[in-house]
Amino acid sequence: MTDLLHLSAAETAAAIARGETSAVEVTRAALERIEKVDESVHAFLHVAPDAALADARAVDERKAAGEPLGPLAGVPLALKDVFTARGMPTTCGSRILDGWYPPYDATVVAKLRAAGVITVGKANMDEFAMGSSTENSAYGPSRNPWDLTRIPGGSSGGSAAAVAAFETPLALGTDTGGSIRQPAAVCGLVGVKPTYGGVSRYGLVAFSSSLDQAGPLARTVNDAALLHAAIAGHDPMDSTSVEAAVPDVVGAARIADVTGLRIGVVKELTGPGFAPGVVARFSEAVDMLAALGADVVEVSCPHFEYALAAYYLIAPSECSSNLARFDAMRFGLRVGDAVGASGGEADAPGAEEVMSRTRGAGFGAEVKRRIILGTYALSSGYYDAYYGQAQKVRTLIGRDFAAAYETCDVLVSPTTPTVAFPLGERVDDPVAMYLTDLATIPSNLAGGPAMSLPAGLSDGLPVGFQIMAPAFADDRLYRVGAALEAALDVRRGHPLLDEAPVL
Amino acid sequence: MTVLADLPTYDEALAVYEPVIGLETHVELGTESKMFCGCPTAFGAEPNTQVCPVCLGLPGALPVVNEAAIRYTVMIGLALNCTIVPWSRFARKNYFYPDMPKDFQISQYDEPLCVNGWLDVDVDGQTHRVGITRVHMEEDTGKSLHVGGSTGRIQGATHSLVDYNRAGIPLVEIVTEPDVRSPEVARAYVEELRELCRALGISDVRMEQGSLRCDANVSLRRRPATPDGPENPFGTRTETKNLNSLRSVERAVRYEISRQASRLSAGERIVQETRHFDEGAGVTSAGRSKEEATDYRYFPEPDLAPVALSREFVEAVRATLPESPAQRRTRLTGDYGYTLTDIANLRGAGVLDLVEQTVTAGATPEAARKWWLNELARRASDAEIPPSQLAVTPADVARVATLIAAGELTDALARKVIDGVLAGEGGPDAVIEARGLKVVSDTGALDAAADAAIAGAPAIAEKVRGGKVAAVGPLVGAVMKAMKGQADAGAVRALLLEKLGVS
Ligand SMILES: [Zn+2]
Repeated sequence: MTDLLHLSAAETAAAIARGETSAVEVTRAALERIEKVDESVHAFLHVAPDAALADARAVDERKAAGEPLGPLAGVPLALKDVFTARGMPTTCGSRILDGWYPPYDATVVAKLRAAGVITVGKANMDEFAMGSSTENSAYGPSRNPWDLTRIPGGSSGGSAAAVAAFETPLALGTDTGGSIRQPAAVCGLVGVKPTYGGVSRYGLVAFSSSLDQAGPLARTVNDAALLHAAIAGHDPMDSTSVEAAVPDVVGAARIADVTGLRIGVVKELTGPGFAPGVVARFSEAVDMLAALGADVVEVSCPHFEYALAAYYLIAPSECSSNLARFDAMRFGLRVGDAVGASGGEADAPGAEEVMSRTRGAGFGAEVKRRIILGTYALSSGYYDAYYGQAQKVRTLIGRDFAAAYETCDVLVSPTTPTVAFPLGERVDDPVAMYLTDLATIPSNLAGGPAMSLPAGLSDGLPVGFQIMAPAFADDRLYRVGAALEAALDVRRGHPLLDEAPVL
Repeated sequence: MTVLADLPTYDEALAVYEPVIGLETHVELGTESKMFCGCPTAFGAEPNTQVCPVCLGLPGALPVVNEAAIRYTVMIGLALNCTIVPWSRFARKNYFYPDMPKDFQISQYDEPLCVNGWLDVDVDGQTHRVGITRVHMEEDTGKSLHVGGSTGRIQGATHSLVDYNRAGIPLVEIVTEPDVRSPEVARAYVEELRELCRALGISDVRMEQGSLRCDANVSLRRRPATPDGPENPFGTRTETKNLNSLRSVERAVRYEISRQASRLSAGERIVQETRHFDEGAGVTSAGRSKEEATDYRYFPEPDLAPVALSREFVEAVRATLPESPAQRRTRLTGDYGYTLTDIANLRGAGVLDLVEQTVTAGATPEAARKWWLNELARRASDAEIPPSQLAVTPADVARVATLIAAGELTDALARKVIDGVLAGEGGPDAVIEARGLKVVSDTGALDAAADAAIAGAPAIAEKVRGGKVAAVGPLVGAVMKAMKGQADAGAVRALLLEKLGVS
C-alpha cells in the first residue's frame, strides 16, 4: 500500500491513532518499500525487520489497551549508523566497527523507543561522519533518489536518501559541519541541526565532540519539528547537554508567520562559488519571505570566510583523539594479532603492532587524512598556531553572529553552493568536497541552530534554503521554515518531492 | 649499568653535590563511584565486573564528572594551603596503551584545580616546608597483567590480560616544587601527605594496594664553591616511577643520588629519563628516555564543561575540614604531654585514634598510651587484625585503667580482665565479677597468708630477718599463690618485710 508511504509522519501517526491503519501495517509497507528500492538507493546498511515489527506490535498493543500514543507513535524511522542501539550493529560506515553490537542505547534512541517511533534499520553514512557524499562509506555510497548517478549528500546521506525515496517518513542524522542540512538540501528535504547541547550526544559515536549534534530529517517542516521535540532535552549522561527548556518547535511550525520578522541575508554566503541556479532559487525564496511580511536586510559576517579553515583544524584535532579508542583491544575489528613476521604464531606481534595493523586496515583514506591532520595540529610546538588559532576564529565567528542578531531575528543563505553533483566527481579532490559545507559550517562553530528546506529545483535537482537562528531560538527556524514551505507549496501547487522520479 | 661497587659513598656524594628532589604523588580517591561514571570503586572485585560503556571507552559513551571527586580534591587543596582556582578545565592526554580504554586519559593540564600551596614536614625535630605546585584531578587507567614471562613484566610475556575495574577511578596528582633536599625528607613528606589524606577521609592511602603511589624526580647540583657563594643551576633530572612504599621512596632517592653522583664524578652526563626501582636489588634502572617520550597532544576536553567553583562552595568545604595531622601533633604534645616520638609510635601502631578515645573515656594519657601501645597492639598483631577491630573498646580500656589507678586491679589482674573482655565474656566489670579478679585488700586474709608463709619457710624467714631483704621473693610468691594472685605484690612484700622486722 504505497499510499501509506506518501503520508507525512504526522499523518501516519494520526491514521494509526484513528485506527485507519496499524503500526504493523505501516512498518510492513516501509520494509517492503526498502526491499523494493534499496538495492538501487542503498540508504541502509542494516535493516531489522523483526525488531521493527516487534516494536510496531507493541505500539498497536498500547493502542488496543487504550493507552495514549504520542504524535509519532508507529512511524518508521531510518537511524544513522552513528548511534548505538541494542540489537543492531553500529558500524559508523567503517570497517573498523564491522560486526560490533553495542550493549547500550543512545539517549536519542531510548527517547525514540519511548515515543513509539519504529527504527527499521541503520542508515548509510560517510565513515565516522567525515564526508559530504557518503562516498567515504566503507560499504559503498548511497544514491540520490532524484538522480541515482548523483550523491545524496553526506555524511547523513543514507538518512536523507531513505526519506527522499519514501522508504521511511523520518530519519535521524548528525550534523558536524552540515551533515544533516547538506543531504537535506540535495535530496529536497527538511533537515535541522538543533542548538549544540539541545539534543543529547550520549550514544552518538563522536567525530568532533564540540561540533556534533543530532537532528531530524523529514519531508515537511512539521514532521521535522515533531521529531526534534521527541529527541531534544537535557540528558544527565551528557555534560554538554543544556538544562534549558526545549524551545516550542512544534508550536512555532504551526504559527508559520513571518510578519515583522527581521531576516538577514548573509552577504558572504551568496557570492562567488554559488551556482547561478542555486542563487536564483534562494533569491526567489527571500523575495517570497519579504512578500509574506518579513523585513529583509543584508548583513555582513566578515569572519565567515575563515570558518572552513578553522573547521578543518578543530574537527580533525578532536577526531584524532576521539578515534584513538578504535585500537582492536576491546571491540570491533582486529587484524594480524596471531601472525608474526615469520608468518607463524611464534613471533606474534605485541599490542602496539596489532593496533597499528588494525587501524591501517580498518580506517578509510579520508578518516586517516583527518586523523593525521588533527594529530599534527595538536602536536607540541604547533598547537598554538593551529588549534589555538582556530579556536580564536571560532570566537570571532560567534561575535559575527551575535552582531548580526542585534539587527536580525534569523539569518538566511543557500544551504550548499551547488545542487547534487555526480558520484565520483570530487572523490579525488578533498578541498572541492570540503567547499560543499561552506555555508553550513559557521553554525556548527558558533553552536546556533540551522535548518535547510527545499527552495525549488535547478536543472531538475533540489536547492536548499538555509535558515540560521541564535542558540536556543530553534523555534524561529520552524516559524520561518513553515511559512516559506507553505508559500512555496501553494505557488507550486504541490510539495517539491512530488516532482521526484518514481522509483 | 653502573655497578654498585663503583658508587661513591652516600656521604661522599653529599659532600660535593646537593640533591634536588621533587615528588609527584597519585592518590586514589575513596569515592563510592568512579570519576566519570556510576561504576563502584571497591578494591579486589573480579576482573572487569565494575565496568560500563563509559569507563570501557565504548564508542558513543560520554563522561560526567563525579561531584564528590571535586569536593575531595578541593579538600586536599585546602589542607595543602593551596589556592582553589575559580575556573579550571579538564584536558585530554593522548597516548595509546591497552589499559587506557579511550586511548586518552582525562586529566588536567595547564588549568589545574588547586595551585601554590605547601606542606610542613618534621624530620628529627626540624621543620621543612615543601612547596606544592599543583593538585589536579585525573582518571586512573586499567591494570595490565602480563602472563607467560618469568618476571610478570611485559618482556618475555606471551600475552597480557587487562582488568578495567580500575579504569576511571578518580585520582588526584599532587606535585611539589623541587624543594626537597634529602631522602629522609622525601619519605617524611609522603608519610605526612598520607596521614593528611587519611585524616581528611578522602582515600584509604594504601601504598601496597597502589591507592597512593609516588614518582620521585631527582637531580644533583654542585654545592656552591664557598659556603655563601651563589647556588648552581639545577642539574638534569630523572623520574623514578611508581614507588609503592615509604621505604622505597627513601631507598630509591638515595640510590639515585649515589648513582648520579658517580656518573657526574666520572665526567658523564645524566640522561633525562624515566627509571624503575627494583625493590629486591635496591637499584633503579632506565626506562623511557625523554628523547623518545610521547607527545601527549593535550587539548581541552570537549566533552566536559569547565569546573567553575563558587567561593561559597570552597568556603563550605573549608568549614568541614577536620584537624590536620600537624594540628593534632601540636594538640597532643600540649594537652597529653606526648613527645613527637610517642605520637609517631602510636600512629605507627595504628592506635592513635583509640588512645584519644580512651583518654576521652576517662583514662590518663599515659595509661592509655601504655595499654594500647604495649598490651593491646601486641594482642592485635597476634590475632593479625588491626587494633581497632579488637573486641575491647576504648571505654573498656579506660575502665581498666581507672581501676588500676584506684588500686583495685594490678597490672597482672588487668591483663586477665582484658583476656576476659577479648574472650567475649562482657565488659571489664562483668569479667571481674565472673572471674573474681578484684585485688583482695582484706587485711585479715592477707595477714593469715603472710603468717602461714613465714611459718612454712623458717629458713628463708631467718635470712630475711638477718638483713637479706632480696631473699623475700619466695615468701611473696607463696602469699600470692595462697591469694590466687588477687593481691598486690608490692603490698604483700611490704607486709612480709614488716612482719619480719626489716621494713
Ligand atoms: Zn563505568
